[in-house]
Amino acid sequence: MSEIARQGPSAVYIKPTSGLAALNLGDLWAYRELVWFMVWRDVKVRYKQTLLGMLWAVIQPVLTMVVFNFLFGKVAKVPTDGVPYPIFAYTALLPWGLFVTALNQGSRSLVAHNNMITKIYFPRLILPLSSVLAGLVDFAIALIVLAGLMAYYRVHVSLVTLWTLPLFLLLGIITALGVALWLSAFNVRYRDVNHALPFITQIWFFLTPVAYAATVVSEKWRLVYSLNPMAGVVNGFRWGLLGAGSGPDAALWVSVTISLVVLVTGLFYFRSMERTFADTI
Amino acid sequence: MATAIEVEHLGKRYRIGVAQTRFRYAMLRDSFSAALQAPVRRLRSIVAGRGPGNGPSVEASEYIWALDDVSFELQEGRVLGIIGRNGAGKSTLLKILSRVTEPTRGSVMVRGRVGSLLEVGTGFHPELTGRENIFMNGAILGMKRAEIAAKFDEIVDFSEVSQFIDTPVKRYSSGMYLRLAFAVAAHLEPEILVVDEVLAVGDAEFQRKCLGKMGDVAQQGRTVLFVSHNMSAILRLTQEAIMLNKGRMARRGPTQEVVDYYLSSGQAQAGERIWQDAEISPGSAPFTPLSLRLKDRRGKVVDTVRSTEPIHLEFAYRLDAPVSGLRVGFYLSTMRGDYVLTSFDTDEPVMFEQHAARSAGNYVSRCEIPADLFNDGRYSVGVNASSFGVRRYFQDESALAFTVDISGAPGTQWPEPRQGPVRPRLQWQIEKVG
Repeated sequence: MSEIARQGPSAVYIKPTSGLAALNLGDLWAYRELVWFMVWRDVKVRYKQTLLGMLWAVIQPVLTMVVFNFLFGKVAKVPTDGVPYPIFAYTALLPWGLFVTALNQGSRSLVAHNNMITKIYFPRLILPLSSVLAGLVDFAIALIVLAGLMAYYRVHVSLVTLWTLPLFLLLGIITALGVALWLSAFNVRYRDVNHALPFITQIWFFLTPVAYAATVVSEKWRLVYSLNPMAGVVNGFRWGLLGAGSGPDAALWVSVTISLVVLVTGLFYFRSMERTFADTI
Repeated sequence: MATAIEVEHLGKRYRIGVAQTRFRYAMLRDSFSAALQAPVRRLRSIVAGRGPGNGPSVEASEYIWALDDVSFELQEGRVLGIIGRNGAGKSTLLKILSRVTEPTRGSVMVRGRVGSLLEVGTGFHPELTGRENIFMNGAILGMKRAEIAAKFDEIVDFSEVSQFIDTPVKRYSSGMYLRLAFAVAAHLEPEILVVDEVLAVGDAEFQRKCLGKMGDVAQQGRTVLFVSHNMSAILRLTQEAIMLNKGRMARRGPTQEVVDYYLSSGQAQAGERIWQDAEISPGSAPFTPLSLRLKDRRGKVVDTVRSTEPIHLEFAYRLDAPVSGLRVGFYLSTMRGDYVLTSFDTDEPVMFEQHAARSAGNYVSRCEIPADLFNDGRYSVGVNASSFGVRRYFQDESALAFTVDISGAPGTQWPEPRQGPVRPRLQWQIEKVG
């Protein structure tokens, strides 16, 4: 520490900011270790003092898949592009689950950590960011079960398209982060977000091809349908893994554009609200 | 020597209501109704001949400047005391310096990392072990992982919880928890240390540790900002001080001079509390508090009392109309907020018969608190005037605070902290029975 002092520590200028604040992502880089620590803490704490522990990361999607299999696979018999329904549902439930967890945890992250916000300085972006990233661990665990399921049903991985999986995953994370930035900053001031979140995720679920195939949406609505970036993510994930369905088309670019717009505007909105977080939370 | 802190025309504006009830947040519909009313209000002001933006706007009255045009500089390695009453802007100043909140006006230049002893335990998670929390907390305070690892053993030693370092901290006693949290904060070694004793929790032993650490830091030539209501600590630890009053800088100079000014300006909470008219809510009528004084046995107003001597508490007040069933008294509590005792002037049935009904006029209710009662540390006195079951006229939970010095008290030949807020002189007998 004394060496740093001898070199002369750098000066920080504290001034009121106004309008669209600069993103100041350099500060986020300086605190990158904290992002890792927060993710680690979230993962470590999530299943503490639970009987089943990490198994919950598997139980949730598997049980949902079982219920869907009965309702949509056996009773309603929705078309699945030739894939066994359990696999069809589970491949979609994984990215969707990641998205929902990220959205929920991210949107509540600022309010949940209000004691940190009112006491010390750190880039506030770390809170929603690390909450979103923490969901990846659950995702990875649930992915192992998917491998088992596919072996059981003798469904083959589509090796040609497999490389696109991380990209669709990234798109899902970007979408979740963008929305979480908006909602978490909004939540600091208006706790309405807490009440609206379950409703938002439910509606969003029906607009996303998790239980059904995107091909049931008629051609003329396809473009409107792809305004929902998660439609692109879930559809693309299924296609990337199994080679099933229509695969990405021009509509995917609409999804990508939308989620990037949400992310960038979310970043600026978050930054401009950040200066009053400690006063209004 | 370089400048460590440069504050220029600093101002911070809060919305009234936001500042006072910090945990209330707006509901969306409040904003909707405000948005609906806004055009009407604007129309009205235009009709009334005032353009929007000039004239006394509605906005100005809804805001309060917690900090207003404060400027000062501090050289590296200096220790600056900050004093002032509650609400003078001390904590707001520290919050801006540590970048928790943004100023509304002006600017601050800070050279180096700002660490504070008020963020003790921030980010601690009850489910994590002591070891895990040290790393977590260190990262939150801005330490690099390598830096924490290098200091890990030192932190554990300092905290005295090495046996339980792999136990989740939810199993810790509150004392252990605080010691561990403090140990991390104390090893942050920032270039600029901010200590807000007003917000510091913990027992006397813990507070002493805080002050000790602060002294060390100052000795090492680092810059320290020290906020306290404890004038003797301010005098002992700082050479220069500033006094804030209602968000403005009231005084800057050598500590002795500023403390003298503070004590003589009638704002001090040291041994004496004088209520200004503006501080008393109209709802307390016909009861008007005037002053509360703490005196030693020679009748001198004191901030620090010896536990081996009795002390006197005097509460002066005015009744503008006759009041019946009145009782006037005080609470004593530790700085941690635990009550030690409550007592009223008409507790004795005889006193109640004689004084329950009081005519209009000026009064003093005084009592003697016996010697050999308190343990060392700082205590807070709250006052209350009420008619039981009828009405509470006036209450001030922290009217003044005082420090108890235990030299000469029983057991002080052993230099160990004693648990508990009281330290009575008990009559022991030792008998050989077999």
